Amino acid sequence: MSDPVAEKIAENEAKFVDISGVHKLFGSGKKRYHALAGVDLRIGKGEFVSIIGHSGCGKSTLLNLVAGLYLPTTGSVAVNGKEVTAPGLDRAVVFQSHSLLPWLSVLENVLVAVDSVYPDKPKEFRLAEAKRYVEMVHLGAHIHKKPPQLSGGMKQRVGIARAFAADPKVLLLDEPFGALDALTRGSMQDELTAIWEKNRKTVIMITHDVDEAVFLSDRIVLMSNGPAATIAKVVEVPIPRPRTREALLEDSHYLAIRKELLQYLIGTGHAAAA
Amino acid sequence: MIMDTQPKIPSQGKTLANGHKSPTERPKPMGPGLGKMESKMAAQTARPTAKLPPPGEDTERAERIRERARTFIMPVIAIFFLCLFWEIYSSRAGVTLPGPIKTVTESWKLIAHPWFDNGPNDKGLGWHLLSSLQRVALGYSLAAVVGVFLGIVIGKSAMAFKAFDPIFQVLRTIPPLAWLPISLATFNQANPSAVFVIFITAIWPIIINTSVGIMRIPADYENVARVYQLKGSRYFFKVMLPSAAPYIFTGLRIAIGMAWLAIVAAEMLTGGVGIGFFIWDSWNSSRMSDIIVSVFYVGMVGLVLDRIMARIALLFGSIGD
Repeated sequence: MSDPVAEKIAENEAKFVDISGVHKLFGSGKKRYHALAGVDLRIGKGEFVSIIGHSGCGKSTLLNLVAGLYLPTTGSVAVNGKEVTAPGLDRAVVFQSHSLLPWLSVLENVLVAVDSVYPDKPKEFRLAEAKRYVEMVHLGAHIHKKPPQLSGGMKQRVGIARAFAADPKVLLLDEPFGALDALTRGSMQDELTAIWEKNRKTVIMITHDVDEAVFLSDRIVLMSNGPAATIAKVVEVPIPRPRTREALLEDSHYLAIRKELLQYLIGTGHAAAA
Repeated sequence: MIMDTQPKIPSQGKTLANGHKSPTERPKPMGPGLGKMESKMAAQTARPTAKLPPPGEDTERAERIRERARTFIMPVIAIFFLCLFWEIYSSRAGVTLPGPIKTVTESWKLIAHPWFDNGPNDKGLGWHLLSSLQRVALGYSLAAVVGVFLGIVIGKSAMAFKAFDPIFQVLRTIPPLAWLPISLATFNQANPSAVFVIFITAIWPIIINTSVGIMRIPADYENVARVYQLKGSRYFFKVMLPSAAPYIFTGLRIAIGMAWLAIVAAEMLTGGVGIGFFIWDSWNSSRMSDIIVSVFYVGMVGLVLDRIMARIALLFGSIGD
C-alpha cells in the first residue's frame, strides 16, 4: 500500500464527485433566495446515490450544480478532480420532463449526443453507435418515430439512451420517472438497474419515491427543507446486488431503511411526500 | 401529420384533401410543444369512438355533407344579396358608381382576356398582376431574409430587444403610403421605391415574431443544448430554428398580407405596368368599372397569397409536431 500513484487514484475515486462547502443563492436584494447552505458530499466512482427530500428543498439545484447548469455562489463542485465550470458531456443529464427535441426522431435525438462525443468519426460509425443505445433501451422498433408519437415511458427511455450515448463519467437523473404511472415506473427501474449493472457508471438520482431510492441506490442523501437547505442525513443501503424486487421484500435491511426514510420525511413536514 | 391519424375512408380522404380545415387542426403557436401535443392526443383518442357505431355512421356522413353544403351555399346567398343591394343603390339617379351588371358588361374585355397585350400602355390584368407580384416577391423576399436575421439577433440579446422593440413598435404602425415620399426621396427612382415600400411594410411582423420566437425557446431545450454540447450550426438548425419556426412562419404569413396591402399604394406613383398603377390610371380616365374589376382581382390574389403562406406555415411551422 505504499505505492503513491495507486493511493492517489484510490483517493480520487473515493471523491469522484466532490461537493464541498456549497452555498447557492438566487436573485439579489429583497428577492434573494438562499437555496443551498453548506452542502458537503463526496461520491465514489461507480456509486449510485439518490437524493431525496420535500419539494423545494434544493435537490434539483444541487443536481444542476453538478451538471454545471448553475454555478455555486460559494464553495466548489469537482468531478474527477476537475472543477465544474460549465455543462459538459462527462456529466449527462436525464431531465425530469424528458426534454427530447420533438422535431427529431428517436435516433436523431440520441445522435445529438453521439455527434458531440465523436465529431470526427465517420457518419456510419456514429449512426451505428446511436442505434446501439436505442436498442439498449429496447426501442429498436421505434427508431424513426418522433417523440410526440411515443408514450411517456418510451420518451424517458430515449432520454436515458441519449445520456448513456454521451458516455458520461457521471449520470445525473432528475426525477427521471416522476411523471410515469406506477407500472411503467417499475419496469423502467428494472431496466435502469440492468443497464447500470453492466457498466456501473457513477449515478446521482433525484427522486420522491422512497422505494425507488432503496431499490436502486448504494447511498441515499436526505435533504432538509428549504430555504437554506442542506444535507440532513446520509443512509447507507447495504443490500447485495444484483437486486430483485422479490428478494428486496425479504431483506431485513430493506424494511428498516424504508422505515427510517419515511419517518424522516414525515417528521420533516408534509406526509404527502411519502 | 394529423391527417394521417384519421381513419382512411375514401370519401373522407377527398374532403380532407380539398383544403377544408379538419376539426383537429392544430392551434396557432403559443408555447411551442405542449398545445400541439394535446390536440394531437385528442385526435388519437377521438378515433375509436368515432369509428364505433356502424349504424350511426350514415347519419354522421349526411350531417357532414349538409355542413359542407352550408359552407358553400351561405356565402353564395350573401354575395347575391350584396350584389342586389349594390345594383339597387347604383341604379338610383345621380349615382356614378356602376352596378354589378354594368361593371361586368363594360369591363368584359378585362375579365375575359387577362393576357392581351397591345403594347406598353394597353395590357391585360394578368400582366399587371404579374408585374405587381414580381415587385412584391422581391420586396417580400428581402424583408424575409433581413427580418429573420434581425429577429434572431434581437431575440438572442435581451439588451438589443429592450433597445429596439419600442422603435419597432412605432415603425410598424406607419402606413405604407407614408413611406413613399421618403422612399422616393431616397432612391430617386420609381421602381426601387415601390420595392422599398413593400420591404419596409412587410419587415416588422417578421422581425417582431422571429425575435419573440427566439426568446421563447424553452429553457428545457437550451439545457439540452448546453449539456449535450450543441453549438454553432448544430444549435442553429437542431434547436433554434425548429423551436422558433411556428413564430417565424406566423410573422411571414402576416407579412405577406401586408406586402400585398402595400403594393397598390406603392405603384400609384410608379407608372408602367402594375395593378396599382392600372387602378390609378383607370381613375384618371374615369373607368370606374375597370377599377372595380381590378380591386376584385387584388382581393383574390391577396387571398391566394395568404392561403399559400398559411399552407407553408402549416408545413414548416409544425416541425415541432
